[in-house]
Amino acid sequence: MIKTLIRYLPLLILALVWEMAARFEWVSTTALPPLSDVVRAWIELMVDGELLRNSASSLYRISGGLGLSIVVGTILGIGMAWWKPVNVLLAPIVEVFYPVPKSALIPVTVIWLGFGDGSKILLIFLGCMVPVTIGAFNGARASEQVMVWSARSMGASKLRVLWDVVMPGAMPELLNGIRTALALSFILLVSSELIVAQKGFGYLIGSLGAGGSYDAMYAVVLTVAFLGFAADRAYLEIVRRTLAWRSVA
Amino acid sequence: MQEPAQIVVDHISHLYRPPRGREVLALDAVSLEVRRSEFIALLGPSGCGKSTLLYLIGGFLPVEKGDIRIDGKAVAGPGPDRGIVFQHFALFPWKTVRGNVLYGLERQGMPKAEREKRAMEYIELVGLHGFEDSYPSQLSGGMKQRAAIARTLAFDPKILLMDEPFGALDAQTRGLMQMELLRIWQRTPKTVIFVTHDVQEAVLLSDRVAVMTARPGRIKTIVDTKFDKNDPDIFKNKFFVEKVDEIWNLVKDEAIKAQGKRSA
Repeated sequence: MIKTLIRYLPLLILALVWEMAARFEWVSTTALPPLSDVVRAWIELMVDGELLRNSASSLYRISGGLGLSIVVGTILGIGMAWWKPVNVLLAPIVEVFYPVPKSALIPVTVIWLGFGDGSKILLIFLGCMVPVTIGAFNGARASEQVMVWSARSMGASKLRVLWDVVMPGAMPELLNGIRTALALSFILLVSSELIVAQKGFGYLIGSLGAGGSYDAMYAVVLTVAFLGFAADRAYLEIVRRTLAWRSVA
Repeated sequence: MQEPAQIVVDHISHLYRPPRGREVLALDAVSLEVRRSEFIALLGPSGCGKSTLLYLIGGFLPVEKGDIRIDGKAVAGPGPDRGIVFQHFALFPWKTVRGNVLYGLERQGMPKAEREKRAMEYIELVGLHGFEDSYPSQLSGGMKQRAAIARTLAFDPKILLMDEPFGALDAQTRGLMQMELLRIWQRTPKTVIFVTHDVQEAVLLSDRVAVMTARPGRIKTIVDTKFDKNDPDIFKNKFFVEKVDEIWNLVKDEAIKAQGKRSA
């Protein structure tokens, strides 16, 4: 507990400096409203339900897009590692798609699916699928021949081996890929909502900023930052438990 | 009349295709017969194809030329009649010792209570009692190999294929494990094909030693090495010393040939 406090002490100092910089007008309060005002604005946003409404739709988009990308990316990656034809078919597509800045697809997904949830989910799905696929592929490709053979000699079918040996073997790399995808999903969510949306964190940040309510805008920015951080921490805990067998030694 | 051989390897040739470079003839018309409950060692210099032959018998590699039959039936893929133990254990690192040993029994569809009991029996047989809930990463090399042996013995294969199983262990552990294997084999007699490049190990453990030539692998000679293996002073036993000497002379030329090919 005390250790954690000391660890995050720099954040507390940063908060203090922020407050002082604004209070003593070292910087313009338009550019940086005092942190205490930001907190007050945050409470107001919570009370009138604005923040919760927009959070709900953002979280729906993120979980939809990320969830889909995990399922599809895992299947594609393992498929590519395990069946040559799948690899031949998909490898060049993944290769070319990999360096495309996914935010460039925001207008495209809007043309396809409109201004609502669909286009955001599709964008997050497409963007996040890449690191998940690559993680699953690298993990599955490294699966040890002798382990596969051992399972086969114990009576496991080829499909069974995929589930019992290749999947768990690919897990460390796959979970790494998903972590990258998790971070990416927040980026894609907010940027797509900033550009075209009627609700969500990005929309809220954009409209509050345009309306000059900078303290409220900062409140939403901080909320997103905190959610991203909390999601990553929670995810690391899941990883730690899933891969407990690796750290016991 | 003598019982027909359990394993018949009939004029097997096999091409090894490296990911890049030219293909090499790994095995050249190898024939071998192994009787039920016999312990046979495949001995030869590295690269002579002895492991390849083992993998072909295991059904892990496709038979391209020739024929391998087990109890009269042609080998078509791996099966639980042939258990295998690898040099680097091939344990599932995400399963405990118990989980590893249970895996084969689960695949055989053995009822839960029975397989739990069976798994513990074999964990005890290999001397891993108290380590059943450990993960492979928590075990020493020797203990890992004990776990791998328990895993393979537990689902009761008729044939045990061993691919340099003690090659990754230090000398003391190796010596202990050899004694242990002999003890286990005498209690649960199975047909064993044991790949090694260690002459003493081959003579110590097996009934017959098949000496293979340098690449392309052929069977050069088969030496009978059946004698009382329970002699506490076995390493000074005259028969043992003579056999080691005889086989060493056979294998020496091949080892030198293999060295020459590598440096060429």
